[in-house]
Amino acid sequence: MRRPLRLAMLLLAAALPAFAQSADRLADPAAEARAREIGRELRCLVCQNQSIEDSEADLARDLRRIVREQVTQGASHDEVVRFVHDRYGDFVLLRPPVRLATLLLWATPALALLGGLFAIWRLRRRESAPATELTEAERARLAERLASDRFGALPPKRESAAQDTGEPRA
Amino acid sequence: MTDIAKPSRRKLMLYAPLAVAGVAGVGFWAMLRGLGDGSFNPRGVPSALLGKNPPEFSLPGLDGIDLPPLSSPDLRLFSKPVIVNFWASWCMPCIVEHPQLIALQRRGVPILGISYKDREADARTFLARHGNPFARLGVDAPGRVAIDWGVYGVPESYVLDRHGVIRWRWAGPITPEVMTESIVPLLRSLESA
Repeated sequence: MRRPLRLAMLLLAAALPAFAQSADRLADPAAEARAREIGRELRCLVCQNQSIEDSEADLARDLRRIVREQVTQGASHDEVVRFVHDRYGDFVLLRPPVRLATLLLWATPALALLGGLFAIWRLRRRESAPATELTEAERARLAERLASDRFGALPPKRESAAQDTGEPRA
Repeated sequence: MTDIAKPSRRKLMLYAPLAVAGVAGVGFWAMLRGLGDGSFNPRGVPSALLGKNPPEFSLPGLDGIDLPPLSSPDLRLFSKPVIVNFWASWCMPCIVEHPQLIALQRRGVPILGISYKDREADARTFLARHGNPFARLGVDAPGRVAIDWGVYGVPESYVLDRHGVIRWRWAGPITPEVMTESIVPLLRSLESA
């Protein structure tokens, strides 16, 4: 019984953004498409993670209207974006400009990739390094340690036996 | 593969995560403290107009209130630093900051109000109930002048120097802490400059 109701509510919720936009949509489909393309690049500063095209906020609606007014007046894509950028600063651009201050932001993917490659290279180099034989002195020390073990016997053959003695115990 | 970890390396493996956690803890503590006294606002956005003159505008006054209207030349009228405050009667934080505006007015700081997207009757009621801190008041019913200033919510306040250049912007209510830690020192340095 409840399921159709829930489905209807879900569909209604999904359709809400369409209602939000229908109030201020340009009649000319080409101009509307252009306005939408601009709006998708502009952040809504109230919700901060949505573009002004997706947001329900009052300010986003005002900005959508301004974008459409300017598009109707024949302003270019860059002119409209500059208008909003002049007022709200870099944060309003969902695609931040490449600048000295944003260089690290843009370079992060490349740096992460390089870091990963470096880590792989190091690991592989370590793996392929030949296992070093114990020197005569180390062999003697090992034997001494094993002999002084309170069980007085060699432990069962274990690869990690050498590792356990890597750190001197107090 | 016999890779014997050197003692120094083992110590590093042990202490590096501790150091990272320590630094993160200190950062988190500083953030919480900032949130508590209002000096850190995670949603804060720097104004694009800092160091610039605000855009030209001319706003009508509020009917039934004995205050002159506000337009951009008025910002330089006082030959001293002024505060421009965007507010609305429907905005709860505006009620929170109102006593601080009144206190600033009592100190002789000219406060120029811009009523943002408000009904005139509601704005009048608000001023009658909470007091009037404003020297001039413009009504921006469509909110277009606010957009020219880069306002993204109310209340929002700007400190302008005597030449009408925007020196500081605060998005959010002026709490007593914001007042003593930011506005008062800034006004003092602007007045002596």
